[in-house]
Amino acid sequence: MSAPTDEMTSTPQRSTWSARVVATVTGADARLTALAFVAAFLFGAVLLAVSDADAIAALEAGEGPAAFLGAALSAVGRGYTALLVGAFGSGGAVSETLVAATVLILTGLAVTIPLRAGLFNIGGEGQVVAGGLAGGYVGFAVEGLPLLVHLPLALAAAMAGGALVGWIPGVLKARTGAHEVISTIMLNNTLTFVAIWLLTTSLFQIPGRSDPISRSILDTARLPRPFGGLRVDVGIVLAVIIAGVVLWLLDRSTVGFELGAVGSNPSAATAAGMDVAGATVRGMTFAGIAGGLAGGALILGVQGRITPGFSSGLGFDGITVALLGRGTVGGTVAAGLLLGALKAGGRAMQARSGTSLDLVVVVQALIIVFVAAPGLVRALFRVRSEGASGTQISQGWGA
Amino acid sequence: MNPLERAARRRQLRFALVTLVLAVVPAFLLAPDGAGQRATFVLADARGERVVLEPLQVAVTPTVVTLAVLIALLGALQLARDLGRRAPVAVGAAAGLLVLAVLVWAGAGESVSVVALLRGTLFAAVPIAFGAMAGVLSERAGVINIAIEGQFLGGAFAAAVLASVVGSAWAGLLGGVVAGALIGVLLALLTIRYQADQIVSGVVLIVLATGVTSFLTSQLLSVNPDWNSPVRFQATAVPVLGDIPLLGSIVFRQTMLVYLMLITVVVLQFALFRTRWGLRLRSVGEHPAAADTVGIDVLRTRFRAVVLGGVLAGVGGSWFTLEAASQFAKEMTAGRGFIALAAMLVGRFSPVGALSAALLFGFSDALATALQRLPVPLPSTLLRTAPYVVTLLVVAGLIGRLRVPAADGKPYVKA
Amino acid sequence: MRLELRGITKRYPGVVANDAVDLTVEPGEVHGLLGENGAGKSTLMNVLYGLTQPDEGSILVDGVERQFADPGDAIAAGIGMVHQHFMLVPVFTVAENITLGMEPTDRFGRYDRRAANATVTELAERFGLPVDPDALVGDLPVGLQQRVEILKALARDARLLILDEPTAVLTPQEADGLFESIRGFQAAGRSVIFISHKLREHHEIADRITVLRRGRTIGTVDASTSEPQQLADMMVGRPVILTVDRAPARPGDVVLELDGVSVEAPDGRLLVDRVDLDVHAGEIVAIAGVEGNGQTPLVEALTGLRPVTAGTVTLAGRDVTGADRRTLLRGGVGHIPEDRNEHGLVGGFTIRDNLVLNLWDDERFAHGRTRRRDVIDEHATRMMDEFDVRAPSTTTTADALSGGNQQKVIVAREFARPIELLVAAQPTRGIDVGSIEYIHGRLVAKRDAGVGVLLVSSELDEVTALADRIAVMFRGHLVGPFPAPLAKEVIGLMMAGVDPAEAMAGEAA
Repeated sequence: MSAPTDEMTSTPQRSTWSARVVATVTGADARLTALAFVAAFLFGAVLLAVSDADAIAALEAGEGPAAFLGAALSAVGRGYTALLVGAFGSGGAVSETLVAATVLILTGLAVTIPLRAGLFNIGGEGQVVAGGLAGGYVGFAVEGLPLLVHLPLALAAAMAGGALVGWIPGVLKARTGAHEVISTIMLNNTLTFVAIWLLTTSLFQIPGRSDPISRSILDTARLPRPFGGLRVDVGIVLAVIIAGVVLWLLDRSTVGFELGAVGSNPSAATAAGMDVAGATVRGMTFAGIAGGLAGGALILGVQGRITPGFSSGLGFDGITVALLGRGTVGGTVAAGLLLGALKAGGRAMQARSGTSLDLVVVVQALIIVFVAAPGLVRALFRVRSEGASGTQISQGWGA
Repeated sequence: MNPLERAARRRQLRFALVTLVLAVVPAFLLAPDGAGQRATFVLADARGERVVLEPLQVAVTPTVVTLAVLIALLGALQLARDLGRRAPVAVGAAAGLLVLAVLVWAGAGESVSVVALLRGTLFAAVPIAFGAMAGVLSERAGVINIAIEGQFLGGAFAAAVLASVVGSAWAGLLGGVVAGALIGVLLALLTIRYQADQIVSGVVLIVLATGVTSFLTSQLLSVNPDWNSPVRFQATAVPVLGDIPLLGSIVFRQTMLVYLMLITVVVLQFALFRTRWGLRLRSVGEHPAAADTVGIDVLRTRFRAVVLGGVLAGVGGSWFTLEAASQFAKEMTAGRGFIALAAMLVGRFSPVGALSAALLFGFSDALATALQRLPVPLPSTLLRTAPYVVTLLVVAGLIGRLRVPAADGKPYVKA
Repeated sequence: MRLELRGITKRYPGVVANDAVDLTVEPGEVHGLLGENGAGKSTLMNVLYGLTQPDEGSILVDGVERQFADPGDAIAAGIGMVHQHFMLVPVFTVAENITLGMEPTDRFGRYDRRAANATVTELAERFGLPVDPDALVGDLPVGLQQRVEILKALARDARLLILDEPTAVLTPQEADGLFESIRGFQAAGRSVIFISHKLREHHEIADRITVLRRGRTIGTVDASTSEPQQLADMMVGRPVILTVDRAPARPGDVVLELDGVSVEAPDGRLLVDRVDLDVHAGEIVAIAGVEGNGQTPLVEALTGLRPVTAGTVTLAGRDVTGADRRTLLRGGVGHIPEDRNEHGLVGGFTIRDNLVLNLWDDERFAHGRTRRRDVIDEHATRMMDEFDVRAPSTTTTADALSGGNQQKVIVAREFARPIELLVAAQPTRGIDVGSIEYIHGRLVAKRDAGVGVLLVSSELDEVTALADRIAVMFRGHLVGPFPAPLAKEVIGLMMAGVDPAEAMAGEAA
């Protein structure tokens, strides 16, 4: 609520980035975030319980609620234990967490950057695809270069590919007002098919094979793995360095200041002599670079070759990360690590207890539901605290 | 020439140029290809119509050239005159002619069923139109509904399971409606009660619906295949109307959801713009404070609109498993919820407009399917991008001509 | 209706908006409610109209205590309100707006357009307020929109009408028409609460006047026996200087020259029609006029927010027609925009960032692309001190400030950079008297320092207090400028489109 003055109107105050940055590090918000996790895992447990084969069998056999509950609880226990062990339980587990976090941090930044300019990028997936395709192509097709030249070249190609796919919705928004939510989704779907098609052409396909899988990335373009047998590679270092650059860009540079002003109040930004259209294009292009790099890190790192659907769901993962990080760079990195653990744990859970990895998607979505609507968490846990409503960050169709 | 006129002139030239470029494709790429061949367009369906129209045969090269000339003329017209706000329409018309040229070219030496193409168009438009109407209801009342894709998924899943378990397509439809409405309730709670960001809420609900349906598919449906073998709606011809030549075959020999969609469009169009209910619903989307001061309960009106929208989107979702495919598959809606959103925007927040836009997207879908069957030197994977590319181009072509309900996307907080 | 408000208290986090306010309105009385912005007038009326609930106190209608949970209850009790920001749906017709919430329908729930139109026509005739029931409200001029608002209240049989700053959007002549209507309601036994911050109007229309200050009732006086100075002092709580001290202007060279400047809307409508004007260094030229007569597009065009479609703009001898915003700002134009929240400030940004908003990449405040945060903060500390911005720190966000302090941030930003021309549009709108006095003083000081000032204002008092020369805009045309002083009545007539010669002759006669 704004201060009650004579000018008071019914339009709500737009909650601000800086206010949210402060809120993130102060107690109330951190506690709500923690509660959001608790609530999400509780709901996930319910889902786990009701879909457990033993529990259903107990129910169908008419063994009574106790038997059902017992089976359900043991399913939940098994599942979540596997998840926890899979995320942190060993060097290998931590390695897997970092591998997942690498991509999550980068796709998260692909959402965080344009969010500063008031743009909601759900095109992370398309940007990842483009980055993976471009980086991967350079990675296997260009031969005879040393690692120090080839790898950066492949990464640069990944960034360029992603940048192009980010640039398109930026320009469309700036020039025609086409809302980025629609145009980025359409690009995602388009690029998915383009990727499948490319993988069946001689450009990418392994000679003599008919399945849509690309040739392997040459060793000179692979991200080095510092810990021998563990899958973690220098991609995580790269992601953190990029996060540092983005931190400077958004919080210290004139470019970020412009993005923030445009995102917060485009009219005032125009009146200050800023270039709103340019900021829109720049914000989306930077996002594309981060997304493209995520695709590059994936293909040049753990994957080693391009397969169909390698990007599936990564764009939405990035949204989760960015929203959980509340639009700050530090928050995005932290959220990327956290959700990386969730994801690595989820994979281990799927392997060990047979619980589908999709549960992780559900839990992730629930976390964001609760983060986006703090009032809901308060209602669930009967927490009292100041500040009423959820935060408004995106722009409507007309913007 | 003043700056506004200069900008207008630049815009005019740009549109003219685009149109002229469109003429290049048929003139130089397509026309030489089909020399001496004829394309056959089948105008009847082999399903016992009373009147059977003769197929239409055209010579490929002359027809394509004629179409190219027409496109070029449209371009020339735009060079000569500024069509202003109608310029995108002219470009659209040129694109339509180009599509026709492609069809003629692709049909060289083959036969193309116009009936199948247009019937497929209407059929593919069903979920888009329902989804777009869900959006219209919700956004006319002031709540942005991005969650349509999620409502589709939830509806498709519930419809598949119920139609399988109960053994009736109608039960499936009910299931779809309930699932869609349920996600509508969640969206309404998040955006209206808890005032969460509306676009974020919608996206989150999509992820949630994707996760839950995918999880349950892996955990339950893959283990119990008979929970995922829905009884589906069959095509039924409408008596009398189904016998109208061409039109009858296209519109009145369809499935249940097609009829339901057409009826819903008419009813909703009337209800929104001619009734007290519609006036009140639109008032809370335009100026909630004004509605509030005359005693209209803004939050309740919005809540109901969003949930009713969920019902419609749920019907649209049912189409996927009760009519289009034989069972539920993970993420089977493939972005159609977003195409529905685009249809809502292009159709300017009206049911009839949404249907027109949905038909355009349905056509791109049906055309891609038709082309895949013809010996066209285009990879079929790439053809499947058609609906998405068309959506992208059409949304970009709107160019600031959108009038959005004034309070759309803004939570209402009392003074 | 006899209305009595007893001990109304309304608290918001950190503020007491109404503190035990009492107010009595007799049947057939026009009761003035006077107070500065933020004094609690709107909160009190929101309580009375059921838009918000009081924490304490009671509302009595004709001696019976009533609870208004929402506006519907207030309407049912016979209270009608004409809001300052109209509660009208622009894309609905007049009839749809008036009947919204009480729509005539047929058996099938269909909206009965014909019955609605008949209701409106009948009402309009009864009260002598003609309107076209089928016109879209958004297409109507504000004066007519206000009429629709009044009809909307009357259609609900309002026996007490609340008018919230009704004259803010009207020409003096239109305001006279409104006063006629008010007297008509009064004659019919209806009561009116008339809210305004203009003393003159209270004396003209009110029977009694209640003054609010900082949420408290200061007192109720008879309009006929009170003096303007007394009311002003009651309103502000200290003696108010009603005039601005200033020496005669010493105009220098021409800094701004408009030659046949026209501005068109994108749809081709002519908003500004061939305006010629020059502003010299060291003088204040005011453009008066009712809002919506082209002042806004003119200001936007000459500050680079909108294209000039014909004519030339010359700034200190350089042709700057068509120059972009950034070039103009850095080329010596200062701009205090009319809507500070829309164009003046980024509400979510801190004071220190707003103070460098249009110099964000200037080398004073950035090394290459890295912002010099220490310099920016020092700058802010200095500016807040120099321009009397009252806030806890340089990192307070702009939207946490009062209107007056927000405006001072903008003034500080524009005054701190080297400018030759200052375009000040409605520079004191909606702010407290203290801030108004301060900003007026600053504007005069800037003039005396040799800057050319173009003041655009719809407040006649402001125009006459500050201007060295006065022009008037009416329907896109600029009349004048004429040397000050000019009688307010003459300006008022020109604002209504009367030919200047006639207006001045009429006044002389």
